[in-house]
Amino acid sequence: MQAGTLSKYLKSGAIWGFIVFELIFFSVAGEFLSVSDKAFMDADNMLLLFKQSAPIGIIAMGMTIVMVNGNIDLSVGATYALAAIVMLDSMTWSIFEGMGDAVIFVAWGLALLTGVVLGAINGIIVWKTGVDAFIVTLGAMLGYRGLVFMYNGEQPTSHLNWTLVDFAEAQFLGLHTPTWFLLIVTAAIWFLMNRTVHGRNAYAIGNNREAAVNAGIRVGPHMMINFMIIGFLAALSAVVFYSESGSVNPNDGELYELWVITAVVLGGTKLTGGAGSIISTFGGVVAIQLLRKGLAHVGADTSTVNLVIGLILIAVLFLDRQLNVKGKEELKV
Amino acid sequence: MARLTKKDIGGFLARQGILVAFALFIIGFTIANERFLDPDNIMGVIRSSAILGVMALGVTFVVISGNLDLSVGSMMSFSTIVVLDLHDKIGPAMAIPAMFAMTLALGAFIGFLVAYLKLNSLIVTLGMLSAIHGLTLTYSGGKNMDIADKEGTWFSVFGQGDIMGISVPILIFLLLAAFLGVLLAKTPFGRKVYSVGGNGTAATFSGVRRARVVFSCYLISAFCVATAGLLQASRSLGSQNTVGQGLELEVLAAVILGGASLLGGSGTIFKTVIGVLILGFITNGLLLVGLEFYVQFVVTWVIIILAVWLDIAAKRGKLWSPIA
Amino acid sequence: MNEQTPVLRLEGIVKTFPGVRALDGVSLSILPGEVHALMGENGAGKSTLMKVLGGIHQPDEGQIIVSEQPVVMSGPLDAKAKGIVFIHQELSLADELSVAENIYLGELPRKRFGLVDWAELETRTNAILEKLKVSFDAKTRVGDLSIANQQMVEIARALTVDAKAVIFDEPTASLTDAEKIVLFEVISDLQVQGVGIAYISHRMEEIFKITDRISVLRDGQYQGTVNTAETDEEGVTQMMIGRKLDLSRNESHHELGEVALEVRGLSCGDLYQDVSFEVRRGEVVGFYGLVGAGRTEIAETLFGLRDPSAGTILIGGEEAKIHSPYDAIERGISLVPEDRKDQGLVLGMNCRDNMTLPQVDELKAGPFVSDGAEIAIFDQYRDRLDIRTPSWKQLVGNLSGGNQQKIVIGKWLSMRPDVLIVDEPTRGIDVGSKAEIHNLIRDLAAHGYAVIVISSEMPEVLHVSDRIVAMYSGRIMRTFTSEEVTEDNLIQAISGIGSDKVA
Repeated sequence: MQAGTLSKYLKSGAIWGFIVFELIFFSVAGEFLSVSDKAFMDADNMLLLFKQSAPIGIIAMGMTIVMVNGNIDLSVGATYALAAIVMLDSMTWSIFEGMGDAVIFVAWGLALLTGVVLGAINGIIVWKTGVDAFIVTLGAMLGYRGLVFMYNGEQPTSHLNWTLVDFAEAQFLGLHTPTWFLLIVTAAIWFLMNRTVHGRNAYAIGNNREAAVNAGIRVGPHMMINFMIIGFLAALSAVVFYSESGSVNPNDGELYELWVITAVVLGGTKLTGGAGSIISTFGGVVAIQLLRKGLAHVGADTSTVNLVIGLILIAVLFLDRQLNVKGKEELKV
Repeated sequence: MARLTKKDIGGFLARQGILVAFALFIIGFTIANERFLDPDNIMGVIRSSAILGVMALGVTFVVISGNLDLSVGSMMSFSTIVVLDLHDKIGPAMAIPAMFAMTLALGAFIGFLVAYLKLNSLIVTLGMLSAIHGLTLTYSGGKNMDIADKEGTWFSVFGQGDIMGISVPILIFLLLAAFLGVLLAKTPFGRKVYSVGGNGTAATFSGVRRARVVFSCYLISAFCVATAGLLQASRSLGSQNTVGQGLELEVLAAVILGGASLLGGSGTIFKTVIGVLILGFITNGLLLVGLEFYVQFVVTWVIIILAVWLDIAAKRGKLWSPIA
Repeated sequence: MNEQTPVLRLEGIVKTFPGVRALDGVSLSILPGEVHALMGENGAGKSTLMKVLGGIHQPDEGQIIVSEQPVVMSGPLDAKAKGIVFIHQELSLADELSVAENIYLGELPRKRFGLVDWAELETRTNAILEKLKVSFDAKTRVGDLSIANQQMVEIARALTVDAKAVIFDEPTASLTDAEKIVLFEVISDLQVQGVGIAYISHRMEEIFKITDRISVLRDGQYQGTVNTAETDEEGVTQMMIGRKLDLSRNESHHELGEVALEVRGLSCGDLYQDVSFEVRRGEVVGFYGLVGAGRTEIAETLFGLRDPSAGTILIGGEEAKIHSPYDAIERGISLVPEDRKDQGLVLGMNCRDNMTLPQVDELKAGPFVSDGAEIAIFDQYRDRLDIRTPSWKQLVGNLSGGNQQKIVIGKWLSMRPDVLIVDEPTRGIDVGSKAEIHNLIRDLAAHGYAVIVISSEMPEVLHVSDRIVAMYSGRIMRTFTSEEVTEDNLIQAISGIGSDKVA
């Protein structure tokens, strides 16, 4: 066994170990502390957990590929809000009057298009100007949020379509619609990253950009496509969530980038790019949602959730570093 | 030989582009609305930028040392809530130093993680953004904080007072800027901050104790945050526990606008102050010409990207990136 | 063989960079089935020439001719498509990806809809790996391979196309002897297939073992081509440096003072073991050995950058614990590091600030940095070391390599150290500056400094040292005085031969 195999095994399995730990901990702690009589590992509770993971989880898949590619996207929360507004508002536009429920598909299409376009804007700026993705999407986070406010001022945008609500609340084979979306997106992105040339090249670019360039891989288009995908997924997340809720506030989606990045980092994606697994990201998403639900189950309030998640993120980083220390003789710089 | 080449112009724009942009803005807004250059208006802009500005001063140190601090917004909420709470419990004279001590402790914790444990500052401060937010909510029990006797306290002097006709927040901002500007530009410590951000390995090989320098930068950042919290609390004498939410991004925007590179090693306090004022004047100018406040978000977005783009374009001598 | 059509021919290639004429009218041709060595000192233009060939740089003048067709290489991929494959000295692999993905990087076999054809990829890769007789397969993650095996992956890339010419840039630098044999077999296979090989190496024994002809570059100029069978090491060396190799030993000794630094039984994990030596004031001790022999690591330990696992360091007779460069500097040790750009300089800072960085805490007027004191130091060492820069305000990144190195040396001289360690002091520096730096090192010893020089260039070590420590694989094999050292016994010592003669 080569050195480092153990640490790698630990790392790839760590997120699942953590999930198991959470399940046991909250089940046991729930016995003593729970504010409700229900067991934590109740089937309904778990189904709900997946459903609630969907909005963050769908975006996290996109974030994984952008981060594997060596970039980051801080504008997903704003993209999410803008796509939601486009979807809800477009259903009331007079040109679509008389379409009946077919308007739903138009609205979805427009919302998804919005996401793709916003992602493409980020992508093309990163590609053509060479400005770091962190700065580009930090700017876009402000800019896109500005667009959200300009759309409808500080008023919420609402439109309830009952067909839509029924669809979003439906259960198929026991799983809720959002859960299905999350699973399908996870499968699709896993396929994209592991089975297609685009996916493998994205890994290569994030791993060793110079080598990729020397091998003739065109870095720009790959980055652009990945930004479009995350834009699309942010919009899809909005479509899934707001089909049910029917009302969006201009502040919605704020701090989503934090949650999403936390899930991705918990899943073990390297900050510098080149390494990361879609399945582990899925684990990261579930772990976070489990933590939120678990803490609520034992009676802790939202403030504790924030505290714990922040500290866990740091602890993961610390553990990761400890596992990668090469030994005492390492150069101390 | 003194012909002005394209490269000279590019270099000039790279170095002074931010001042040029600033001048253009002022001219533009002045033409659009003559009230823009009114002394009262200018003072108003600086006063309303003071809190953001004070925080940006500290973040400038962190960014020049090659790191990030995304936790300043939630840390500022914490400071504000703590000082308001302690005001009624132990009196303002004790509350202020206690709040500074607690905020500095948070800064020291972050500094320890980044400087001594060498953890990635983006993720550490992202985590701390969340953790401190949780801490603040726990501390306040989720409620807003108000001073009981708003009329009878001298505490309001920091946010609302005047000294010789200049409002105290402006004074504090400018004094702190002058002090930190000198610290960064003129002292051995400042030199070490630049060297650590410019090339941390080479700095270590030159005997600079890198961890100490980075740690100090986070302490400075925390001190600035505490000061901002004091100004905020004193101005409003009551606060929501999310008062600083999102400020970290505006602060970072101001610092980047001032020309500090996120890679570290470049930037100055003076330029950061200019960056803060540009943001302030844009907001103000847009309001004066009758646009909603949120239009500034879009304008800021465009300006940040243009500013950084032109900066790196001048450095590489090409407008478009070489990315294939 | 001379009637054959060259697979690759260069005519009058000129390439200039700002301030340097890196290649000045280079012409040479590579015939099918030959191994053609390209030799020259560091900075002679070999790498630039190879980058021109590989399409990374475009020549300013001259032509590249492949199979008698003039071509323009627009990039590495274009060169590869034309049958010119470049095997990099620095590994350019994506270590998170599999061996197969690295070998076919940028040209993964596709199925419909942009899917990767994994079966095809694996078959093709394993076929290549079989030829290379390596012990790993297509699915192995590159990051899990040893450096030598990673090098083999790099070489495997050359075999993916129908190559006309393959360029090897120092391919054996990190290979073991067994792996070298495999590599040489691969090269002879290619030869048999009529592929032309360009082979760059510093190792004479390899050159004479496997090459057919040798072309030599010096200062960017083509010096001629000879048949390997008709020349010898000395002849080639003479072409490379334009005169006989100056293997003169240092003869003047300065008066020796007390022991400035003594090391007893120092070890650091696998890096080096049981190292003992001493350096006196007024003495230059040279450390000679192959890359990876542990010399730099000893220097880094003395400078507080590594913690030794055993042994003691005595400075001026007292035991010293050195945990950081700060400690080392306090105790009067200075290190001019190996990697100028990474470890020596903050490229975005000006000349003066770089030079005074280690002592900026002392140069104070009140609480502030004293401009005057700093400029005085800079002026002093600028004059003493003849550093050419328009002003101290110049960013160090804009200086030439030689001047950059002098800034680093000036930085440490101005600290007036008791012990000065210089690691590869003349790497990547032109001939004139080299001599200056050598004189300077002798001069420093004359002024009573204790100096340690680490170098991979034998003439340099012979030239400046009073004593030479020969290292092999983490151990000191022998210590020579400049009187007893010869080229032969030094080479033997650093190759691990004759370890029975350990002093």
